[in-house]
Amino acid sequence: MKTFAELGFPGRLIAVEGLDGSGKSTQIYLLKRWLELQGLKVFFSEWNSSELVKNATSKGKKRELLSPTTFSLIHATDFADRYERQLVPLLRGGYIVLCDRYIFTAFARDTVRGCPSEWVRGIYDFAAMPDLVFFFKAPLETSLQRILDGRPQLKYFEAGMDLRLSSDPYESFRIFQGRILEQYLAMSTDFKFLVIDASQPIEAQQNIVRDLIASKLDLNKYMKLKHSKKP
Amino acid sequence: MKPQRPISLRKPRPGIVVPRAKPRRFYGLGVPGVDVTKLAGKLIVIEGADGSGRSTQIARLVAWLEGSGHATVQVGLKRSTLVSEELDQAQQGNILSHTTLSLFYATDFADQMENIILPALRAGFMVLADRYIYTLMVRDMVRGMDAAWLRNLYGIALAPDVVFYLNVRPEELVERTFAKKQALDYWESGMDLGLSRDMFDSFLQYQALVAAKFKELQRSYGFTILDGHCSADELNVELRRRIESVLTG
Repeated sequence: MKTFAELGFPGRLIAVEGLDGSGKSTQIYLLKRWLELQGLKVFFSEWNSSELVKNATSKGKKRELLSPTTFSLIHATDFADRYERQLVPLLRGGYIVLCDRYIFTAFARDTVRGCPSEWVRGIYDFAAMPDLVFFFKAPLETSLQRILDGRPQLKYFEAGMDLRLSSDPYESFRIFQGRILEQYLAMSTDFKFLVIDASQPIEAQQNIVRDLIASKLDLNKYMKLKHSKKP
Repeated sequence: MKPQRPISLRKPRPGIVVPRAKPRRFYGLGVPGVDVTKLAGKLIVIEGADGSGRSTQIARLVAWLEGSGHATVQVGLKRSTLVSEELDQAQQGNILSHTTLSLFYATDFADQMENIILPALRAGFMVLADRYIYTLMVRDMVRGMDAAWLRNLYGIALAPDVVFYLNVRPEELVERTFAKKQALDYWESGMDLGLSRDMFDSFLQYQALVAAKFKELQRSYGFTILDGHCSADELNVELRRRIESVLTG
C-alpha cells in the first residue's frame, strides 16, 4: 500500500491515532493552528463526520441496531464519502490534510469486535496510506482516567457494550480500550507509526510533532497563493 | 391425568415436503457471531433487470410455497431499517461517489442479512430474495470497481440454496418498461455512466453491459440462467420444478 507522496499527490496526509483520552485531538488541533498561522493550505477531517452518513450512523447507535459487521460497514461508508469527496480532491490541490483517526481506527475497533482482519483491511484498501501517522501512546490507566474522571455517560458502542464484556459500562470500557490498545501496538511497526509518549506535557509532545513534520515535509510547498491585487 | 404427548408426524402427508437442515457457508470470511450450521430454511434468490418479471414470479412462488405449507419471508435491496431512507436520499441527490454508494448498499444488505434472512432461515422459513449481492456487484463492476474488492466485501453473504437469473434482452426490457410506466429510470438506464446523452440509447447499452457482467459472475457463483422471454406461466412452472428439487434435496 502506497502513501499519497508515493502516488504522486502534491498534498500530504497526516493522521493521528490513539485511544480516547490519549490527547491526540488536542495535539492535532495545535498542529493545525501552527500550520494555519504560517499561511499554509490546511484541512482538518474527523472520523465519523460525513454529513450524509451521519444520520444513519447516529440512528443505528441510538437504537443499538448495529452488529460488528454493520458497525464496520457504516464507518467505512462514512470514511469513503469523506475520502472521495474531500480528502482526495484537496490532496490533489496540494493541501496538508490532517485526519483525527484514519483507517487504523477501523482496523483496531472492528477486529476487536470480531470482524476478520483481512476482510476489514480489504474493504479499506481503496485508501492510500497517510504520509505520516502519529500514534499517541499513553499507559492504559492514563487514558482511562482522563475519560472516566468526570464519570461521563458512556455511550453504548463507545463502551463496547455490544461485546458483552461486562454489564457495567465502565468495566466494559476498560476491557474494550485495553483490547484496542493491543491492536494498535500490534500495527505500530507494520504501518510505521511515529510513536509519541502521551504521558509527557502537552507542549513537549507538540514540540516533537512539529519537529518531526518540519524535518519530513518541505512546508514552503504548501503555502497559500498570495492574492494578486486587481488592477 | 397423564400429560398429553405432542402430536408428531408419523407419515408425511403427500405434497408437504419437510426440508432438512443443511450446513451452509458464507461466500468469504462471513460475519462474526453467526452459526450457519443450523439453518433449516432455504434461501431462494431471483435476479434480473427491472421488467424481467422478478416481482411477478416471486408473488406467485410465495403463493405456491405457502399453499404447500412453507412459511415465507421476502427481502430485497434497499429495505433495511438501518439505512434504506438515507440510501434513498443519497440516490435522489446523486451526490455519492462509487465506493461510498457501494459501501452504503453493502451496509443495507448486511443489516437485512443479519436481522431478517438469518433469523428467518434459523426458524425454518423459505426466504425469497428479490435480488441479492450479484446485482450490487454487477452495478459496481460496470462502473469500474475492482472485482476482487467486491468479492471480499460480499464475503459476508450467505451462499443461497439456489439463484435464478431471469435473462431478458434489453430491447424487450424497454418494451415492458414502457408498457408499465412510459418512462425509463435514471439508474436503470445507467445515465451516470455517460454512455450516451440519449436515454433510450443509454438504457440499451447499459442493460447489455449488465447482462454481460452477470454472465461473467455466473461462472464463479454458479447461478441458473433462465430465459425470461417465455410466458409468466411457463417460467413459473420451470421455477417451481427447480425449487422443488431444492426442497427435497
